[in-house]
Amino acid sequence: MRPSDDTLAGYNFAYLDEQTKRMIRRAILKAVAIPGYQVPFAGREMPLPYGWGTGGIQVTASIIGPDDTLKVIDQGADDTTNAVSIRRFFATVADVATTEKTTEATVIQTRHRIPEKPLTEDQILVYQVPIPEPLRWMEARETETRKMHALEDYGVMHVKLYEDIAHLGRIATSYDYPVKVNGRYVMAPSPIPKFDNPKMDRMPALQLFGAGREKRIYAVPPYTRVDSLDFEDHPFEVQTWDHACALCGSTESYLDEVVIDDQGGRMYVCSDTDFCGDRQAAQAQEAAE
Amino acid sequence: MTAAADLRPGLADPVLDGQAVFRTVLKALSFPGRIQPLPVALTPPPPLNPAAAAVLLALADLDAPVWLDPALDTPAVRAWLRFHAGCPIVEARWQGAFAVVPADGEMDGFATGTPEFPETSTTVIVQVAALTEDAGPTLTGPGIADTARVSAPGLAPEFWPALAANAALFPQGIDVILAAPDRIAALPRTTRITE
Repeated sequence: MRPSDDTLAGYNFAYLDEQTKRMIRRAILKAVAIPGYQVPFAGREMPLPYGWGTGGIQVTASIIGPDDTLKVIDQGADDTTNAVSIRRFFATVADVATTEKTTEATVIQTRHRIPEKPLTEDQILVYQVPIPEPLRWMEARETETRKMHALEDYGVMHVKLYEDIAHLGRIATSYDYPVKVNGRYVMAPSPIPKFDNPKMDRMPALQLFGAGREKRIYAVPPYTRVDSLDFEDHPFEVQTWDHACALCGSTESYLDEVVIDDQGGRMYVCSDTDFCGDRQAAQAQEAAE
Repeated sequence: MTAAADLRPGLADPVLDGQAVFRTVLKALSFPGRIQPLPVALTPPPPLNPAAAAVLLALADLDAPVWLDPALDTPAVRAWLRFHAGCPIVEARWQGAFAVVPADGEMDGFATGTPEFPETSTTVIVQVAALTEDAGPTLTGPGIADTARVSAPGLAPEFWPALAANAALFPQGIDVILAAPDRIAALPRTTRITE
């Protein structure tokens, strides 16, 4: 039986109707051709609220096919509510294989993290984006921000970063840290920690961004320069920890702080559960040998 | 008027074939110059070739009109596109969301978008007889790790200079899909062309 006959009765393959998919697909192709530019699209109402990844889901629904293997992460974890429900949604409406292994996935939808393992040319990373416009906090009017992008007028963004330095002695932005794509468009990388920003630079995988409430799609093609904005005397730098992961001992991955009792006890663990699990399994095997 | 009996079939499975063709186009645009095999078989009315036809069926519809070069504009092609894609066939080249031209077709006059809305541009499908990665100018830019090359026989002498000028318009500009009968390669506006 062909997968299109096999999915949930009454729904088209991957939930969206074909005309909607074509509209989103055309927007995605333009986004890839204009790296970092936010392409408006006619976002549909999805069977879950705004803020739960409606943009990412519409992008995933428009690209996914029966041969794909889908991984969904929320803050790096495969087993959180948002990740589990989106994975089950696509298993139901598109009958696709799902996985928690980064290396097995062909499409990875993510909320607020980039997997620790390097991605390949055969993978597509789909980000869920709450606020796609990096200039929105400085300029509320869409007509103005659109002009600023057209004129490459990004002075206000540097002023914002400079104000941080003037007040605090350093750039305090730690997530959704603005980047410049291919030397042209300033782009919001979605609320990933700035720790992940360097992974976007010249990544072999295609990166697609979907904002459902704001109805924007943008993209970073493979092997595209992504520079985090900074100053010569205040170069961009990522977070570091004094701790190692309490479960796998990694000192390179992004760590979450977890409160474990009411005595002030806390532990640090990898935010990427697949990366951490693989390392623990490898260590267990080494110990057994 | 073409009788219904003369109408050739479209995609065997519009949903899954459309998805497969879209992913091929997405891959072609993500990796400019790299040749991608066409995942479906199609028998469009000539002179429309199967790859150009597949891209149109996957992406054109009532919101995305198509412009046909006079060399390809036959009643059979019009009827086939209108029936299977439901897309308007427009009279001026700048009106098309997609345009199809022969290998030696003119590359001027298509919509290049505006500085504020650079996506309102034409995607131009160039029908070619074959594609090779062993010849052609050197390509660099997003989607190309180092350099790439692609070429096709019969391209107009103005083709590569026109595309080099197109890249200089960024973020405005057209995106080009080279469509050989069973394979495609793409040259988005980001691709820089040097001899």
